[in-house]
Amino acid sequence: MVIIPSMATIRIPPVLRASVGGEKEVSASGGNVGEVLRDLASSYPATQDQLFSAEGELNRYVNVYLNDEDVRVLDGLDTAVRDGDVLVILPAMAGG
Amino acid sequence: MSPSGAELLRRIKSQIDEVDPSEVKELIDEGVTIVDVRGSEEFATGHLPGAKSIPRGHLESRIESAAPDRSAELIVYCASGNRSAYAARTLREDLGYEHVRSMTGGITLWKDRGYEVEVPRTLSGEQRERYSRHLLIPEIGAEGQQKLLDAKVLLLGAGGLGSPTALYLAAAGVGTLGIVDDDEVDLSNLQRQVIHSTQRIGIPKVDSAEESIHALNPDVQVVKYPVRIDASNIVEIIEGYDVIVDGVDNFPTRYLLNDATVRLKIPVVSASILGFDGQLSVFKPYEGPCYRCLFREPPPAELAPSCGANGVLGVLPGTMGLLQATEVIKLIVGIGEPAIGRLLLYDALGATLTEVKVHRDPDCPICSRDPEDITDEELGSFPDYEAFCAAAG
Repeated sequence: MVIIPSMATIRIPPVLRASVGGEKEVSASGGNVGEVLRDLASSYPATQDQLFSAEGELNRYVNVYLNDEDVRVLDGLDTAVRDGDVLVILPAMAGG
Repeated sequence: MSPSGAELLRRIKSQIDEVDPSEVKELIDEGVTIVDVRGSEEFATGHLPGAKSIPRGHLESRIESAAPDRSAELIVYCASGNRSAYAARTLREDLGYEHVRSMTGGITLWKDRGYEVEVPRTLSGEQRERYSRHLLIPEIGAEGQQKLLDAKVLLLGAGGLGSPTALYLAAAGVGTLGIVDDDEVDLSNLQRQVIHSTQRIGIPKVDSAEESIHALNPDVQVVKYPVRIDASNIVEIIEGYDVIVDGVDNFPTRYLLNDATVRLKIPVVSASILGFDGQLSVFKPYEGPCYRCLFREPPPAELAPSCGANGVLGVLPGTMGLLQATEVIKLIVGIGEPAIGRLLLYDALGATLTEVKVHRDPDCPICSRDPEDITDEELGSFPDYEAFCAAAG
C-alpha cells in the first residue's frame, strides 16, 4: 500500500516571512505535523533553527496550531494531518 | 377553560417555595444570591442590600451571570411577591434552579418590617445625557454605566495601543484610568498615538494623555505613573485595579505583568502588534489560561523584533486597541463572551480575523500554583533574559 502524504497549508507569522521569501502562506506535505514542518524546513532551510531545537524538538517559544487547536493538546508533532488542513505557526509578539 | 389571572397566580404559588422576609434578612448576611425581578426604574428607587437587578423580561437571558450555580440557594423578589412567583417557577421548571424561593410580600412587606433598603446611586442629568446611547442598550443600561463609572482600569503604556484604548474608555465613562508610561511624546509617535498631539511633543505622555482624556470627559479621574514598571514597583501600582490593559512593547514587562496579575487575580486584556498583524487575548487568572500558558518562554532575539525599532501600520494599534477597549467594557459590565482561552489573530492586509484556542497549561510555572505561593523573586523571571535583550539591542 502506498501512503500519499497530505498537503497542508502553513500560515507563516510576520517574523518568519523573510525566511520563506516573504510568503504569508506556503504548502508542505507530510502525514503528521512533524513531517509537514520538516518538509517546510527542507524547502526553506532558514526556518529550521527557528522551528526546531538542536534535538529536533519543536522550540518552546513556537506554538503550532492544527486548524484552531494547539498541537500540544493533540499528539504534538505526531498529530495526523489531513489534506487541506491549516497549520498556524505562532511565535509570541510583544509590539505595542 | 383557561384560568383567570388570579387563579393562575394561585396555582403558581402552590407550585413554588416561598420564604419570609425575616429569613431572607438572615440569609443576606450569609451571601445568598438575591435577584430583584422588578423593572429597572423600580429597582432604582431602592432594593434589598446586595440584590441584583434582572427585570423579569430578561430573566432567562441574564440569570446565569447573576447565579451561575443552579444548585445554590437563590431568592427572587418583586414588589409584592406575585411577579417573583412566576419568576421562581420559570427558574425552577425551565432553567433547572433547584433551590429557588420567592420572597413573600415582596419589598413592600420587607419595608413594612423596617428592614434596610439600599438606594442605588443615580446618574446625574448630565451623565444621563452623556451616556444616553449606553443607557439605551439593555446590556449596559444604568446599572452597567454605574459599573463603568465605578471601575478602575490601568493602562500599561500610553503609546500605540494605549492611545485609542484610553480615549474610548474615557468616553465610555470608566471612572478611573491609571496610565503607566515614562516616555515623552515624540514626533514619530504621532503616526498612530492619537491621544497625543503635535503641540505636546516633548512633554510626558502621561500628562499629554491626561489632557486629552479630560478634554473628552472631565468625569474621569486620571492616575499618572510616569515610571518604568519593574519587579520592584509592579505590585504597588497594579493592586486595586479591576482590569489591566497590556499594550507594552517588550517581553520582560509582559511576563512580569502576567505573573503579578495572576498573583493578584486581576484580569488582563492583552494585545500586541507588528507590521500589519495583531494578536489579542484576555487572561483571566484561574478562569482561563495565563500568558505563560500561551507562550511558556519568549522567543530568542532574532524572532523577537520588539526590542528594536520596528514598523507598524499606523491604524493597526487603533484596531487592536479598540478591540481591547471592547473587552475591558465587557469584563466590567459582565456581558458577552470575553476572549478568554482564545487568541484572536488579525491580519490587516488580508482583512481576516482568525482565532486559535488557548488552554490552561497544567504545568504552567505560574498559574498552576496558588497565588499566595508566587514569590516576589519569581515575578517576571525567566532564564537568560538579560542576555536576550542585550543581544537584541
